[in-house]
Amino acid sequence: MGLPQQKLDATEERLAAIQVPESGAWLSDARQAALGRVRSMGLPHARDEYWKYTRPQTLVQPEVPHAKVFQAYESAVFDDIERLRMVFVDGVFDPEASDDLTLSGVEIEPLHAAGAADIHWARDLYGVLEARGQSPVERSLAALNTACANAGVLIRVTGKADRPVNLTYLHQTEDADVVIHNVVKVEEGGDLTLLENGPGGARLNKVMEVDVADGGAFHHVRTQGRAHERRAATHVFARLGRESTFKSFTLTVNGALTRNEAVIELTGDDAVAHVAGAALGDGASGDFHHDDTVFITHDAVNCESRQVFKKVLRNGAVGVFQGKILVKDGAQKTDGYQISQSLLLDDDSQFLAKPELEIYADDVACSHGSTSGAIDEEGLFYLRSRGVPREIATDLMVVAFVAEAIDEIEDEAIAADVLSRLQAWLERRRG
Amino acid sequence: MTSVEEKLDVREGVDRETVETVRNMGAYKYGWQTDIEMEYAPKGINEDIVRLISERNGEPEWMTDWRLAAFRRWQQMEQPDWALLNVPAIDYQEQYYYAAPVSMHEKPKSLDDVDPKLLETYEKLGIPLKEQMILAGVEGAGEAPQEGRKVAVDAVFDSVSVGTTFKAELAKAGVIFCSISEAIREHPELVKKYLGSVVPQSDNFFATLNSAVFSDGSFVYVPPGVRCPMELSTYFRINAENTGQFERTLIIADKGSYVSYLEGCTAPQRDIAQLHAAVVEIVVLEDAEVKYSTVQNWYPGDENGNGGIYNFVTKRADCRGDRSKVMWTQVETGSAITWKYPSCVLRGDDSQGEFYSIAITNNYQQADTGTKMVHLGKNTRSRIVSKGISAGHAQNTYRGLVSVHPRAKEARNYTQCDSLLIGSTCGAHTVPYIEVKNNSSRVEHEATTSKVDDDQLFYCRQRGMDEEEAVALVVNGFCKDVLQALPMEFAMEAQQLVAISLEGSVG
Repeated sequence: MGLPQQKLDATEERLAAIQVPESGAWLSDARQAALGRVRSMGLPHARDEYWKYTRPQTLVQPEVPHAKVFQAYESAVFDDIERLRMVFVDGVFDPEASDDLTLSGVEIEPLHAAGAADIHWARDLYGVLEARGQSPVERSLAALNTACANAGVLIRVTGKADRPVNLTYLHQTEDADVVIHNVVKVEEGGDLTLLENGPGGARLNKVMEVDVADGGAFHHVRTQGRAHERRAATHVFARLGRESTFKSFTLTVNGALTRNEAVIELTGDDAVAHVAGAALGDGASGDFHHDDTVFITHDAVNCESRQVFKKVLRNGAVGVFQGKILVKDGAQKTDGYQISQSLLLDDDSQFLAKPELEIYADDVACSHGSTSGAIDEEGLFYLRSRGVPREIATDLMVVAFVAEAIDEIEDEAIAADVLSRLQAWLERRRG
Repeated sequence: MTSVEEKLDVREGVDRETVETVRNMGAYKYGWQTDIEMEYAPKGINEDIVRLISERNGEPEWMTDWRLAAFRRWQQMEQPDWALLNVPAIDYQEQYYYAAPVSMHEKPKSLDDVDPKLLETYEKLGIPLKEQMILAGVEGAGEAPQEGRKVAVDAVFDSVSVGTTFKAELAKAGVIFCSISEAIREHPELVKKYLGSVVPQSDNFFATLNSAVFSDGSFVYVPPGVRCPMELSTYFRINAENTGQFERTLIIADKGSYVSYLEGCTAPQRDIAQLHAAVVEIVVLEDAEVKYSTVQNWYPGDENGNGGIYNFVTKRADCRGDRSKVMWTQVETGSAITWKYPSCVLRGDDSQGEFYSIAITNNYQQADTGTKMVHLGKNTRSRIVSKGISAGHAQNTYRGLVSVHPRAKEARNYTQCDSLLIGSTCGAHTVPYIEVKNNSSRVEHEATTSKVDDDQLFYCRQRGMDEEEAVALVVNGFCKDVLQALPMEFAMEAQQLVAISLEGSVG
């Protein structure tokens, strides 16, 4: 069946505006294949079921919607954490601002450098996990990323890293259209924590492919900047081997449009995958539309998956959650859990959710829950009766509400850092 | 998989006769057909067929035009494919759209004039069309009549309504209960006002097809302040081969009235699938209440997935008045394919919608069913309880929408969807859509999927139950919340159906 003409036109229009960078054979093959995928799928269109609650127009159109550069006065998140830092400015790697890339047990290479080689270990992963993630639901923005990304990092983890790797994406020009593609390969017994922060650009299209081999562990903590006008479409594609662990947490504050997709496939027995997110949005300072879309596939025995998503919305902010647990035939003893909750602080905000289960194995325990409502008046009353002013009481309850998601961060120092940033942000908002 | 028969063969001292008896018990009981002279419209669908159906029903011109408009619209539409169903291609020109017993050509004036063969059919189904009969749809009801309970029945046989019981008694209370074709002739003002006002002509592919070719169905009008003196019920029977059944039901509960409505359906056992596309519209005005209960037991196809009914149904209730209330209860055990989403539009302030559903799929059955709760009025409440049970190679999906509009302040919804899997080759899926557009509303959704608990089975078996009995008991417990919402007569039947539908699913 052919694609609708409008979708076809929009896709061709965008493709005409992109430049596929020159590179070595392995990478240019992957890019050409991805271009083919984009053409056959077409870029997202407002009529697509998977984009029912989020308008893809500004992410798809060739012109970048300009975004004011946000000037933060205080130090950035993770500054107090000892880590190896890599800085990207408007989607270009900045070696001057970055640390030396040597870390024991970890190989780190910027994508544009590795791409020049004729052959690279990343060939088996770059665009490969993304391509696997195109079925049963198409994610053509990720394929577009594979086709034209020239910035990013390739990380191979062979042992336990002694400190986290921190990727910081700075935004400096109003029309920065940024495409970043990262690949992480965690070998057997490897263990890495990856931290990401910063808005990246006016429009960010970011893909991360993560392959965790048997017994490997990968922890991912990300904050998505406070810039109000930024737009982002991000994808995480992860494949998990036997007894491996994958945990990802994202904190989002502000942003005109954010769509975070996580596509996780548990292919080895006894693997564990946790994905969590907390999003706080205020529509008063510009649009806020935040979309968490998660697709977890259980294809092995005795695996555990957990999704915890919290949203706090006010002044016309819109929160979207599309989560799916697919349990394939034979994936017995699966334990799947999913919760998505939103706190609507006023009458203008909206929460739209589609939590799905698709199950083809009988010996499983899968559940999902979704709630939405106003702040608990009784709790508020309790705090106020003890002399806490209304605004502070509200913020306390907001923090308590999102705490369940932040608790998903295993490293206590990092969790504390994220929480203190969030509290400071709420405090400044109160003025 | 071990069938009942094989399992019994293993046991010692069991004779063939017992084996046969037990096997027949588990089979589809309503698979026989009535041998009766039928009159068909030519195969296929076109404007002439639509006109012919309209003419056979003795309809006025406005109705014919309404149908034709729907048909023209339908020709531009495509069959939807978003459901989690594998629907074999349907050739809409290979179906008969009108089939009626010849004896019904001249409409019988009363039940006494109806062809005895037809009456016999319903008798055999357990729905005798006699007014002294007290309970409908329940086996053995005749032996244990309950004082004072009456059920009026409208019986639809393929494309025509055979007869409606207790009409006179209902008329005394002011309740109109008749076939829709009769209502179009006798009460055009009501039909004109409400037909298509809940499910518009062009609502969806199957509803539009129905609008063009619906042949009969039931019509109910309950006047203001009247509590309908008995339960109303429609029994649908597909008999003719290669014939689609397209019935249309319209229920209007005027201010402050109450009615409870039951629907049952069966079809003969055939290797070729048959199409059923019905539309049910319910209008609920101020302070009125409607209960609509369905036990859907169309022929589900054989254990290899051959034949069965393709059931594409649009059911919707519009709670127009303040404080109106509607309650959908469904037990879906039949049909090869079920595509059905009884919905509530909660327009009036303080109106209430409830949806209780049990969907059981076995062998190669597929069901994609659920509800839509559209909250438009203030302080509206809805509740969804859905129990899906999947066995054999079946696929069972709950698909639902809860939508709270910005002006529906203080709305409440609670949704619970539980799925039970029996065997490792079936599937159970949940696809809820939740849209909340104000903050004074509370929306809660919970869903679980699990298998029949081994401990519970063990407990039952220890006490001497065989495995099938034990599963039936556990499943009945799982469905309890919904079974309790059914009118008593239906609850008994449903409980038996639950057990029968799962026959052969364990072993």
